[in-house]
Amino acid sequence: MVENRPFLNLLTHLVLIVGVATVVFPVYLAFIASTHDANAFARGLAPMLPGPHMVDNYALMLTNGLSSAGAPPVWLMLINSTVMALTIAIGKIIISIISAYAIVYFKFPFRLLAFWMIFITLMLPVEVRIMPTFKVVADLGMLNSYAGLTIPLIASATATFLFRQFFLTIPDELMEAARVDGAGPLKFFRDILLPLSRTNIAALFVILFIYGWVQYLWPLLVTTDSRYYTIVMGIKRLAASADADPYWNLVMAAVMLAMLPPVLVIIFMQRLFVKGLVETEK
Amino acid sequence: MYKNALFLSAALAAVLSASPATAQTEITWWHAMSAELGEKLEEVAQGFNESQTEYKVTPVFKGTYPETLTAAIAAFRANEQPAIVQVYEVGTGTMMAAQGAVYPVHQLMTDKGEPWDPSGFLQPVVGYYSDTEGNILSMPFNSSTPIFYYNKDVFEKAGLDPEVAPKTWAEVEEFSRKIVDSGAAKCGFTTAWITWIHTENMSALHDQPFGTLQNGFGGPAAEFTFNNEVTVKHWDNLKRWSDEGLFQYGGPVGGADAQPKFVSQECAMFMNSSAGRAGVIRNATDFEVGFAPLPYYDDVIEEPKNSIIGGATLWVLNGKSDEVYNGVAKFFTYLSQPEVQADWHQFTGYLPITNAAYELGQEQGYYEANPGSDIAIEQIMRGTPSENSKGVRFGNLTQARDAVDAEFEALLAGQKTAQEALDSAVERGNQILRDFEASNS
Amino acid sequence: MQSKRTIFPNKLLPYALLAPQLIITIIFFLWPAAQAVKSSFEREDPFGFRTTFIWFQNYTRLFAEPGYLNAMGRSALFAIGVTALSMGVALLLAICVNRLLRSGKFYTTLLVWPYAVAPVVAGILWWFMFNPTIGIVPYLLDAFGYRWNHRVNGNDAMILVIIAASWKQISYNFLFFVAGLQSVPKSLVEAAAMDGAGPFKRFWTIVFPLLSPTTFFLMIVNINYAMFDTFGIIDGTTGGGPAGSTTTLVYKVYADGFLGLNIGSSSAQSVILMLIVIILTVVQFRWVERRVQY
Repeated sequence: MVENRPFLNLLTHLVLIVGVATVVFPVYLAFIASTHDANAFARGLAPMLPGPHMVDNYALMLTNGLSSAGAPPVWLMLINSTVMALTIAIGKIIISIISAYAIVYFKFPFRLLAFWMIFITLMLPVEVRIMPTFKVVADLGMLNSYAGLTIPLIASATATFLFRQFFLTIPDELMEAARVDGAGPLKFFRDILLPLSRTNIAALFVILFIYGWVQYLWPLLVTTDSRYYTIVMGIKRLAASADADPYWNLVMAAVMLAMLPPVLVIIFMQRLFVKGLVETEK
Repeated sequence: MYKNALFLSAALAAVLSASPATAQTEITWWHAMSAELGEKLEEVAQGFNESQTEYKVTPVFKGTYPETLTAAIAAFRANEQPAIVQVYEVGTGTMMAAQGAVYPVHQLMTDKGEPWDPSGFLQPVVGYYSDTEGNILSMPFNSSTPIFYYNKDVFEKAGLDPEVAPKTWAEVEEFSRKIVDSGAAKCGFTTAWITWIHTENMSALHDQPFGTLQNGFGGPAAEFTFNNEVTVKHWDNLKRWSDEGLFQYGGPVGGADAQPKFVSQECAMFMNSSAGRAGVIRNATDFEVGFAPLPYYDDVIEEPKNSIIGGATLWVLNGKSDEVYNGVAKFFTYLSQPEVQADWHQFTGYLPITNAAYELGQEQGYYEANPGSDIAIEQIMRGTPSENSKGVRFGNLTQARDAVDAEFEALLAGQKTAQEALDSAVERGNQILRDFEASNS
Repeated sequence: MQSKRTIFPNKLLPYALLAPQLIITIIFFLWPAAQAVKSSFEREDPFGFRTTFIWFQNYTRLFAEPGYLNAMGRSALFAIGVTALSMGVALLLAICVNRLLRSGKFYTTLLVWPYAVAPVVAGILWWFMFNPTIGIVPYLLDAFGYRWNHRVNGNDAMILVIIAASWKQISYNFLFFVAGLQSVPKSLVEAAAMDGAGPFKRFWTIVFPLLSPTTFFLMIVNINYAMFDTFGIIDGTTGGGPAGSTTTLVYKVYADGFLGLNIGSSSAQSVILMLIVIILTVVQFRWVERRVQY
């Protein structure tokens, strides 16, 4: 803190409390819904305070609520989601950071073309180009496999773009100094760029892990074998589709449970955040 | 620790080796039934699997109806299609036009020498899924029809007889006014499905053509004509009732906001699919629900025609082995058994598809024990179906319905009159039909 | 296009570094996208039995359709609304958290939660909150004398989808703004403080310019998000209605292609959508990036 201004500190907390309350409110609502009986949400104004059925609902969800006759057990869906989210997050970060490095620190023919080719993948989500993408994955024999679940989602313009933005802010002197010391491109990348990128990697990891975790339509399409079901597919199976009137309390309990792994990831990654912060403090 | 690891790997192995060692023929069945309906569906498949040893039906949940259909089409194009796919009624036109993709059920059953008696099915149900020669193209599975729900407690509070539901729209207006004026409820009625109930069924009930060429059954060259006098008058009324506060709109497509209005006792009457009965009863804990057939205009028709159905059927896709089709035929025979049908129908609230299943339910005393559960069946069975009440068959009906919803909203917002809105819905709908015709010829 | 003044001289290494990303992009993106471009010139049934080449008919039809031009206008409004709202709120919250250092950790954890809600579920939650019967928002507005009705009133519906879509993106923006703020050297800020610059002046003259690479990144990502990734939320809350007032371009692609199975028209729409965003992005790189300080 540069200086201490009590009024500004108070204002900061005030803004944060109001902001957080507003932003978190829908999640709170999901939690409240998960503590009531099935009908509480259909009659009159939705309740705002926790109800008495929290233990029942969560116990039911954890024992057999999420898996019906044809669905796999909850732990298998959680494992699948974790594998998928981790592969996507790590894969995206690796291939993006090295391609951003190539684009920023080297000059070569077709550099611009390569950048735009990658950049264009920002556009058109899977839902919009579903038939041809599905066909490619099917032709490669990747249906019903972890590869089919993850690899098509690994190309990431966002991450490449973020690393490019970040690398451009790193002072050129660092690299000149490294070259004077005789460090090659790989050594420079490993010893200097990678440690500097830690805060961004942590932020990106959180975002990408969650991106992989909440995927729904793609796993639904490429898997027909219940061994590869993910937790979000399990939730969707509980929630509304044709004519079935869902048990909102159970759906929301499942939603809250499915949020726990991403939240653990956030809390874990925060340690990296704070660490990066303390170092820049020096 | 060791034990845990052992247990885990054993469990994992059990899951991974779900396919049994015997050389059973596997039949994949993609469906869109979530929650309890999904569990019941799996029970049906399991029942078949246990009844014999040669075939194994594997149900796979593929999301909502549109997601399931798109997944099946994408899979078909990549030659990875399931043997059976559940398709909702608005996808019927699309499936029928895809002749190379579909193995018609009547043909399958004859080819495989399975017992097949079309007259055993409830005519209004199979009629919707037959070609003009009366051949059944897809296996009826979960069908429903719109019915009328009302709040008996509010009726009583408003000084109405709780055992008498409004029969005509004039009565709906009269009752609504009483209910609102007496303060028994904030609004008279609400509804799900503007398209299905207040356009398609409106025409069917009053024996008006919804489109040309027998409502599209006669071929893809058909055009919409639902801007008929009855529907215009009805939409005009809905707008007026909405302005007067007698009617509240529940949103496009299935009208997601409508059911909360009814079960929270904001609106005293409600029109929705008969398949919603269980959900309404479960949520309506503070009052008693009454059931009745849909209202009609008695100055247009004295005896309203049968209502038309919705829901989904099972389509058999081409490109599988003979072995698989033998199994599919056997499975469909199993599915039509009165016991299986009656069980499915009574648990889910969908219509029974065979006369035998309906009769079995009567013998079991199911309809007496569950008042209102036979309203839907009686409503689709009444009178003789005409060309106008057999059903509707149009390509890209999903998009055409979107246009109808949008025009209805324009009417409610006061941007258009009922006539203008329906004219424009027909015009947009016909454009969609021409697109469909062009891309399928 | 920005690059470093000094660079490594290697000839092959950059290609090796780019290879994994490019291979995946080509196989799983460019190839399918090329198919989409191809089918935008064709008329085809969903199963792919009959394909006719029809030149630009899909395109000309679109531009003759009043609903399509309307969707363009709605998209612009929606994209601007979502980008401004989600970035503005996120920046404000990030600045606050950055001031607090350690106690900010608690707030950060809470603020990222909404991002962990699957889009499928987010639509349901917002439907709950704004439901005219059971929702809290119409109830509160009613107390202030406003009759909320997003099923009939197009403006209400637009406000609803903008809020719902922005909400999903606030966590994302917040995380990167925090990361960006933390890389602003404290020494610079302290020096300015010693020169007597107040906190607001310090923010605008020092912190904000140094944050510009992050802001530029987020602006492009958010516009893309609003243009492409929001049909789930729209589908879950308003379904594009009433009377098309929340039908954005991407919702229309989804409705016509995924729900309506009209492959030719929806391909043409995605091609147009892609062109719009490519042009937007190029313009931003050419004009906005000049103001970015790396």
